Amino acid sequence: MRSLMIAALGLGLATPALADWQQTLEAARGQTVYWNAWGGDARTNAFIAWVGEQTEAKYGVKVEQVKLTDTATAVTQVISEKAAGKDSGGSVDMIWINGPNFLSMKEQGLLHGPFANDLPNAKYLDLSPNSAASVDFTVPVEGYESAWRLARFVFTYDSAVVAEPPRSMAGFLDYAKANPGRVTHPDVSNFMGATFLKQALIEFAPDQAALQLPVTDAAFEAAASPLWGWYDALRPFMWREGATFPENESVQQQLLNDGEVDFGVSFDPASAAGAIAEGLLPDTARVFVPEGGSIGNISFVAIPYNAANREGAEVVANFLLDPATQAHQQNIEVLGSFSVLDPSKLNVEAAALFAALPSSPALPKLEELGPTLLEPHASWMTKLVAAWGERYTK
Amino acid sequence: MNDGRALRAVVAFALMGGIVLPILAGFGQTARAAFGVLPAIGAVEWSLTPWAQLFALPGFGTSLRLTLVTGLGSTLLALALAAGFCALMHGRMAQSAMGRLLMPFLAAPHAALAIGLAFLLTPSGWIARLLSPWATGWDRPPDLATVNDGWGVALIVGLLIKEIPFLLLVMGSALGQLPVRQQMAAGRALGYGRGVVWVKLIMPQVYPLIRLPIFIVLAFALSVVDMAIILGPSNPPTLAVAIMRWFSAPDTALLLPASAAALLQAVIVAAAIGAWIGAEPLAKRLGLWWLRRGGRGHRAEPGLLAASSVVLTLLVLGALALVSLLVWSIAWRWSFPQGLPQSWSLKGWMTPGSGWGRAFQATLVIGVCATAASLALAIAWLEGEDRARRARATWAQALIYLPLLVPQIGFLYGLNVLFLRLGISGGMLAVIWAQILFVFPYVMIALSDPWRALDCQHVRAAAALGAGPWRRLWAVKLPMLIRPLMVAAAIGFAVSVAQYLPTLFMGAGRVATLTTEAVTLASGSDRRIVGVYAVLQAGLPFIAYGIALMVPAFVYRNRRGLSGGA
Amino acid sequence: MSLDLNAVTVGPKGGTPLFDPITLHIEPGEVATLMGPSGIGKSTLLDAIGGHLVHGFTVSGQVELNGRDLLALPAETRRIGVLFQDAMLFPHLSVGDNLAFGLVPSVRGAARRAAVEEALEQAGLAGFAARDPATLSGGQRARAALMRALLAEPQALLLDEPFSRLDAELRAEIRSFVFNHLRARKIPGLMVTHDASDAEAAGGVVVQL
Repeated sequence: MRSLMIAALGLGLATPALADWQQTLEAARGQTVYWNAWGGDARTNAFIAWVGEQTEAKYGVKVEQVKLTDTATAVTQVISEKAAGKDSGGSVDMIWINGPNFLSMKEQGLLHGPFANDLPNAKYLDLSPNSAASVDFTVPVEGYESAWRLARFVFTYDSAVVAEPPRSMAGFLDYAKANPGRVTHPDVSNFMGATFLKQALIEFAPDQAALQLPVTDAAFEAAASPLWGWYDALRPFMWREGATFPENESVQQQLLNDGEVDFGVSFDPASAAGAIAEGLLPDTARVFVPEGGSIGNISFVAIPYNAANREGAEVVANFLLDPATQAHQQNIEVLGSFSVLDPSKLNVEAAALFAALPSSPALPKLEELGPTLLEPHASWMTKLVAAWGERYTK
Repeated sequence: MNDGRALRAVVAFALMGGIVLPILAGFGQTARAAFGVLPAIGAVEWSLTPWAQLFALPGFGTSLRLTLVTGLGSTLLALALAAGFCALMHGRMAQSAMGRLLMPFLAAPHAALAIGLAFLLTPSGWIARLLSPWATGWDRPPDLATVNDGWGVALIVGLLIKEIPFLLLVMGSALGQLPVRQQMAAGRALGYGRGVVWVKLIMPQVYPLIRLPIFIVLAFALSVVDMAIILGPSNPPTLAVAIMRWFSAPDTALLLPASAAALLQAVIVAAAIGAWIGAEPLAKRLGLWWLRRGGRGHRAEPGLLAASSVVLTLLVLGALALVSLLVWSIAWRWSFPQGLPQSWSLKGWMTPGSGWGRAFQATLVIGVCATAASLALAIAWLEGEDRARRARATWAQALIYLPLLVPQIGFLYGLNVLFLRLGISGGMLAVIWAQILFVFPYVMIALSDPWRALDCQHVRAAAALGAGPWRRLWAVKLPMLIRPLMVAAAIGFAVSVAQYLPTLFMGAGRVATLTTEAVTLASGSDRRIVGVYAVLQAGLPFIAYGIALMVPAFVYRNRRGLSGGA
Repeated sequence: MSLDLNAVTVGPKGGTPLFDPITLHIEPGEVATLMGPSGIGKSTLLDAIGGHLVHGFTVSGQVELNGRDLLALPAETRRIGVLFQDAMLFPHLSVGDNLAFGLVPSVRGAARRAAVEEALEQAGLAGFAARDPATLSGGQRARAALMRALLAEPQALLLDEPFSRLDAELRAEIRSFVFNHLRARKIPGLMVTHDASDAEAAGGVVVQL
């Protein structure tokens, strides 16, 4: 204990934080954390189950995944609870959250915190201002959510069917004209569908800097008009002539597997390798990103202000940042999503864990993924989704 | 008979407190939000803005049109097709054989059937795979909108597969109360053809007996969510699905127009039923005019034949859909255009611990509790009627079936808020209670007719032998009614297994049943896991029906007087 | 034991009575007969006496059994047995259990079984205890039904066209079986019938409605 405290002092952490953490661990023992997370991906579900086994063995904290079809369901639940005046003992302990949902909950004071920067394992993160773990869709995180997995927007395809995938979003138009009915994207009411549009928005927008500021009508008009020009040209050549869309990226992956379309989308560079291992895509499936790079962000976990098992949720959030956990998560046989930790902050043993991970032909190297494009300010996505609805939902 | 009045008062009180008040309260909450009051998101002013917002939401008009077309269309078609099939098959097929034929379709929950049907019909689906490439020349699936089509045809097909068997079942039991054979003989002796007698004489007598089930079908079709997510169009979807989306959009401001839409959904159902009732006198006048002309028209047969072949086709589609789920659940790789999987695996079935085991257990517990409670309530109600020696009042009838006629989405959101305020949300008990709302009416439907058909002379004989009311109930009525009791329990159980929205809302997402998991997983990509869940989901009620048929057959294997139909 | 009807009539609630009031005294062992056209209310009168009147009907006058006023009592405490047109054996119980259902609760233990066996023997049904009632012939069923009614030790018996489903030969046989038992046990009986030969065989008062 003493040596630990000295080490903590050496790292510049205040002792009260550590003492607090000890209290947190004690309070957490015996709690069951209801983790509200999208449940459409079997591998993620299995990973969450594994996390629960580990935290139960190590800290006496059980994890129950509440499998959501849409993250916003959990947000609605917390709002209902607030409406009912239930300010403690809430049913949602932890949410897998991102972007607009985070913005919405933070603005309405529905989140517990700040807590993330005080987690012991936060020391492995790059928490400098404007780093990927400090801003979520340009919204400052300010300790109200804690990172757990890295997301990069990628396309999946079957290399046995598509010899040469498009090199840019503009290239999708040429591909679709040559192969009508083979291109689609998830429904725009879904996060991945919106991301497909955002990727194109970034590629076509004349002024990149405007995207990082809260959206205005004028800025949106200017940024989106080339996007709509491209989309209007693309739509007639899309799957079902752009009249209907797959519900989410998993359904689109199924269409890819069935051979109905030629491309899938994912926020996980290891998705093709993972899907092959699961028998969900042919062995020849691969991923690619547009040459200019693709949108990347970090997935976070947040704790509602009225969570019944707040301490347990903090313990789980901390466990997710453990280098061993992150290495396990990056293993393509497990989840294959890239670590959120800053490699320069890892010690030798931790770095060795990552070096020892298995590889797969379908798994891209980090350098093949090109530059990471910043998410536009969250207000852009809301505006983009609404504008798309007005234009194309008749 | 004070005893009967007391018993009925207890049940009526339970129903009032357990059904009507919560539904009204739920509607109240929804209505408040629909007119601008939802303090949780800072909305405190009464206003009509949510309605203006709703009407301005993209695709609102199309969603509304889709809801009306699929809801009214599927109900009218189901009624016409079922009537045609019934006319052709009645007397040619034993009622018990008909029951066995329909059982899988009645037992299979909507979501499971929809998932199977989507795979069957999609351009890369089973039918296309079986025909490709040798017959179609397709080595890639064509770009055809065979599911999720803009007109909702696939959704209508899905609804028909569930609704026609239900209507056939209620028609069958209604026909049991009519002297069909004699009337058929009388009609034919007057020179009318079989089909014409059916259309002109029998069906008009059947209709009043199945009016309530028709309204239930209509209300359901107008507000279905799970099936519409899977089979219906997505951009925009039907109103009920759109409401779900708005309720769960990241933009919480949408909660207000979503509430307005939920209220509108209730108005649509009420208006549709009202319009239906309004159309009845018109149809009656037309029918009578046609009847009085006295045309013998021997040519009704081709129409009946066509209707029956459509019904058979639909049933075959439904059966194939269920079989496809079973095949998927044991497949590993199965890609287009293979007629059967290239590789097989039992992986989906091998991990009950982390996967379906818990959902299975929860489904079983909730189903058994909700069914037992509903059955007890139904018996108490019917016995109360017997003891008070009076028929059911119309208001009581309406009260019992209220939960089936009002759209779930209209009050479940508000009810959840209310439950949270009372601090009783998120538990098994809340889910069981919410399910009883929907299980009890079906148990009543299944039990009422056999209960009243029970020969009251037997009960009088027991009274004349000195048996008091409780002994008459336990020793005579219940044992004699064991077959309909078991059938009612099986139906109740099947209804419980299939509940989606009540489980989702009242369980606060924490209570995972086979149905909620199957619908969630259907939004994922793994048909094999979906197959496992859907097979279990469809299989559980199937087993319940099996038990319902076997128990009385076993108990009364030496009682010829009870081995026939119920 | 005697059954007395005093100015009894039945009719719909608030409506006109179905027939003029009847006054009737039935001696122990006597079987009185009610005759009249269909729909006049004969069976409704039996229902009223037995306590089985359906909702919407009302009875006026007095019915007394051994001086005990019956009309306020529920059916099961009136101690009035009924024989129906059909035997109305409970289909879910064996023949023996049907009789045991009727047997008064004061007979206990092994004596119950013996009482049932004896009743079966009297009815010519020895060894039929375990049989399914549905496998019995019409005459056997009628005799079992009477035995079941008698085991309840009724103080009066109502007979609602009990012989009308039997053919002529069987009819005479069952009729004398029933009447003999009533006479032997001194139970007053009230019979509704359309058949003059039934009334003749009963030998008691005949009331035309």
